[in-house]
Amino acid sequence: MKHACYKSIVFSLLAGTVPSLFAAPDASRQAELLYLLKHDCGSCHGMTRQGGLGPPLLPENLQGRPQLLMVNTVLDGRPGTPMPPWRGELSAQDATWLVEVLRAGEGL
Amino acid sequence: MNGVYVSRRSCRSLLVYKSALQARMVRWFLASLVLVTLSQFARADDCLTRGSGDLGIVIERASGSVQIIDTTAMTALTRVTGLGDVSHASAVFSRDARFAYVFGRDGGLSKIDLLCGTLVKRVVQAGNSIGGAISQDGSLVAVSNYTPGGVKVFAADSLELVADLPAQDKAGNSSKVVGLVDAPGQQFVYTLYDAGELRIADLSNPAAPLVTTYPGIGRLPYDALITPDGRYYIAGLFGEDGLALIDLWHTGEGVQRILDDYGRGEEKLPVYKMPHLEGWAIAGRHAFIPAVGRHEVLVVDRHSWKQVARIPVHGQPVFVVARPDGRQVWVNFAHPLNDTVQVIDTEQMKVVHAMQPGKGVLHMEFAPRGEHVWLSVRDLDQVQVYDTQSFQRIARLEVEKPSGIFFTARAHRTGL
Repeated sequence: MKHACYKSIVFSLLAGTVPSLFAAPDASRQAELLYLLKHDCGSCHGMTRQGGLGPPLLPENLQGRPQLLMVNTVLDGRPGTPMPPWRGELSAQDATWLVEVLRAGEGL
Repeated sequence: MNGVYVSRRSCRSLLVYKSALQARMVRWFLASLVLVTLSQFARADDCLTRGSGDLGIVIERASGSVQIIDTTAMTALTRVTGLGDVSHASAVFSRDARFAYVFGRDGGLSKIDLLCGTLVKRVVQAGNSIGGAISQDGSLVAVSNYTPGGVKVFAADSLELVADLPAQDKAGNSSKVVGLVDAPGQQFVYTLYDAGELRIADLSNPAAPLVTTYPGIGRLPYDALITPDGRYYIAGLFGEDGLALIDLWHTGEGVQRILDDYGRGEEKLPVYKMPHLEGWAIAGRHAFIPAVGRHEVLVVDRHSWKQVARIPVHGQPVFVVARPDGRQVWVNFAHPLNDTVQVIDTEQMKVVHAMQPGKGVLHMEFAPRGEHVWLSVRDLDQVQVYDTQSFQRIARLEVEKPSGIFFTARAHRTGL
């Protein structure tokens, strides 16, 4: 969580000057998102992110994937696959933060 | 006693001695019996001496454990730990209903002794797995795998590997395996998710399995079921409308598509949780199935396999299970509507009752004769028991992040 704390400090410093899209969700929202990641994303990607019907989401699986592509996959899904769009339930800010969590292998 | 004189007195004293000796022998016998019994208990780690027909297990998905439950007393007996990642685990039972085989997400196959409350053996047989089945005669346990794809078959007693059935398509690409069930004739039937193939493996001779492949059954089959009589195997398709059906009495007729006109041209909703077909509800001449990406339960005629009704429900169904008498069908729902359970009356074909047990209702298991249903409510860390006539909650058990609930009555049913 050290990493996330550091990030949220940086984000909060920037918050006044950049659009709120780039701010990290607050602590209670972060807890909600981690729970969603573990239990709901986990129903396809595995609770420990090692994959299932959906692909694994461990840091080594995500290396070299463009950030924007991953955020858009979360928000809009992947047509033709079971990956649903999470827009409506997740904001762009939530999705961006979740992708960071996945890349860093946090909360495992 | 001819030729030996025994006075009346000495005869009496002999009798007294004899009865004293008998009493002592009885005491010795009882003492040795107690000793033997005690030593047996010590050896068996305080195993229960009772029937196991009313026991079951509940998966604790986040803590790698199961709780063994007594469905008569409605209590948890003990917790068995060390099962690895059981976040999507399912279980089958040995035919004597003493042992549970738990299939973990991490490829672990665990054998649990329900009476001793112990983990008898655990093998990690693949990188990532999804479920399993036990053979008709109870001698083989098969596990279906995602990584690497395929089915591995183990001896039920020792968990030694007996057969390895890879799941490669014609091009040699490995496929995830879903919908593995047992079928009469010592067969296992399963479906290849990526390849869109159905396979029947005959394990009558475990040393030389006979595998028959039915390619091109449809895009992305996500789960399958076998009817309780073991005759029809039906795979749900995610990638297109309809389901793929094979009649195991007439496999020569191949795989046919049913319900392929269902929902044509209609926009599907995003699916936040894949439906499960395992608990497919067969009630009288109708089958009730979850519609993919729709807030509906489909009703199908079991003879013509034509759709007869679409029942609107609260959300996207995950499990659609019939009470054993077929009068009611209970439905739970995908995220974010998974706090609700609805009950369909199978004669009226409509929802007659709804309840909110709590957020994250993941699974439902009926008592074998249907008087009670057990629900796992993940976010409350509870298993709740309901009376299916009055819909009153009659018990609550503390269970950490419960998911699958499996009763030993499954030991005697095909496909479960």
